Amino acid sequence: MTMTVFGLCGAALVGIGLYGLIVQAQPLRRILAFNLLGGGVFLLFGVIARRGAVEGLGSDPVPQAMVITGIVVAFSATALAISLVVRLKETGRGDDEGSA
Amino acid sequence: MPAAALDPGLLLVLAVMLPATGAVAALALPGRWAGRIAFGLWPLGLAVAVAVAWTVWAAGAPLHYAVGGWAPPLGLMLRADGPSALMLLVAAIVIGAAGLYARADLRPEPGATESRAAVVFWTLLMALWSALNAVALGGDLFNLYVALELLTFSAIPLVCLGGSAKTLQAALRYLVFALVGSVLYLLGTALLYGAYGTLDIVLLSGRAGPEPAAILACALMIAGLAAKTALFPLHLWLPPAHAGAPPAASAVLSGLVVKASFFLIVRLWFDVMPGLSTAAAANLIGALGAGAILAGSVMALRQARLKLMIAYSTVAQIGYLFLMVPLLFGVPQAEIAANAAWSGGWLQLASHALAKAAMFLAAGLIAEAAGHDRIHGLDGVGRAVPVAVLAFTLAGLSLVGLPPSGGFAAKWLLLSAAVATGQWWWAVVMILGGLLAAFYLFPVIGRAYADGTAAFARPRDARSREFVVLALAVAAALLGLSQLYPPGLLRIGLGSGLAGAGVP
Repeated sequence: MTMTVFGLCGAALVGIGLYGLIVQAQPLRRILAFNLLGGGVFLLFGVIARRGAVEGLGSDPVPQAMVITGIVVAFSATALAISLVVRLKETGRGDDEGSA
Repeated sequence: MPAAALDPGLLLVLAVMLPATGAVAALALPGRWAGRIAFGLWPLGLAVAVAVAWTVWAAGAPLHYAVGGWAPPLGLMLRADGPSALMLLVAAIVIGAAGLYARADLRPEPGATESRAAVVFWTLLMALWSALNAVALGGDLFNLYVALELLTFSAIPLVCLGGSAKTLQAALRYLVFALVGSVLYLLGTALLYGAYGTLDIVLLSGRAGPEPAAILACALMIAGLAAKTALFPLHLWLPPAHAGAPPAASAVLSGLVVKASFFLIVRLWFDVMPGLSTAAAANLIGALGAGAILAGSVMALRQARLKLMIAYSTVAQIGYLFLMVPLLFGVPQAEIAANAAWSGGWLQLASHALAKAAMFLAAGLIAEAAGHDRIHGLDGVGRAVPVAVLAFTLAGLSLVGLPPSGGFAAKWLLLSAAVATGQWWWAVVMILGGLLAAFYLFPVIGRAYADGTAAFARPRDARSREFVVLALAVAAALLGLSQLYPPGLLRIGLGSGLAGAGVP
């Protein structure tokens, strides 16, 4: 039962994230939407880990290992995206000053 | 040293780790070392790629290596079959050419010991090479996800190496598409793991059936990978990103990076889920490929700038790759590797990688000579950089599909497969695509050889770069001859060596 709730939450997060990525035009909002989408996928991994648990273990460790990797990747992706946005902002301002 | 004691599978580890070590070393050592490390590693990496291809071909079976000695489903497997070996070879050649070109292009200004762009370029080039090899050799879908992300993260900074607002915007757009693609891929792996308890490609191919979870997972993964491959209509990010990068980066991005995600689509379609494909799905992918050929070619025709035209031509040429899917639909699993469409698709991948890399590098020299890349201002540029224009022409032969180029052989094989299976409509699209390619390329070539009044300056260090570009273009133009002597490398599939592939 709990797993179904978590699974549905994951699906809802994936849906919201995907919607945001398609609809939003601002880079920062898109990055946030990507993080929501990623969060939904990670939650799904958690559900799968719990469902695949062997007798005596709380959960299957393999999907958990994947989630850790996935979170690191999503974090690096966010950092890269944010640094691009910051750089874009700085470059844009630099151009304005140059022309003024 | 007893040669028999050495596991040939270690070659696969070397293929991934050599460039990765180089990238880390380039970060650790002073910047001026980055280029030297890349040049020291390149012959070794090329030798590893040749050795892998040779071993796979000589044994007639895939090479494999269980990382850490752990066999799947617990451990990760590196595997090399015929197409992986082809990918390794093509990657080594294109990366070497781009590196040789960049050595002159990114040389620091007199007085400076190192330029920031050069250090970043060399480090990312090695990281990208490692990720490409990991994609070609990965045997586990999650491992492949990590490889794909490494590839994206090393490709995106290459797009904005110039640092202008325009290239930063292109990089950001590329990143958004790539991230959506990889998250969809990751969602698919989660579903597959939940349904079958393994992500090993060979194990999955034995277990996956036409259940809803598997179909949904594969649909998500293929959609995600298609966004990364820039399959029409998800190609919007490609032209600004590939056209805005420095020439050496464009060559690698257009020639290799988009091919990696295509490679994974083929892996999924033919290795993981051979039983899942339906006629509707195969025809949908074929229709998107056909749309890419037509839309990409028409857009290329309308471009006023040389580099944008070449980037749109990449969109079109990627379309041919996807025609493999409907052309191989219904072919029994055991006969796929012997089919003309199979060799045609892989040959198109290899010849487009060489031809497009050559074309972007040639365009870089042409733009440097002219000071701009507006097509209507290139009259007579052939006098300033004659060898670059010759290379551009030879690469164009391959894109249009004229003999004896690799593009001709690839399109001929795909055409014959379309005729043999009675799917003539794909043949019509391919012929139209070739005609349109001629329409957008020949005017450029004509202008370059025409008499012009504009003054063009010969770029510095042009001779060495022109030689590299010409070598690539000649390779692309002669690749079609490889059909005369089919070595059978491409027929060695993952499935053909199940017993030897480390499956318990």
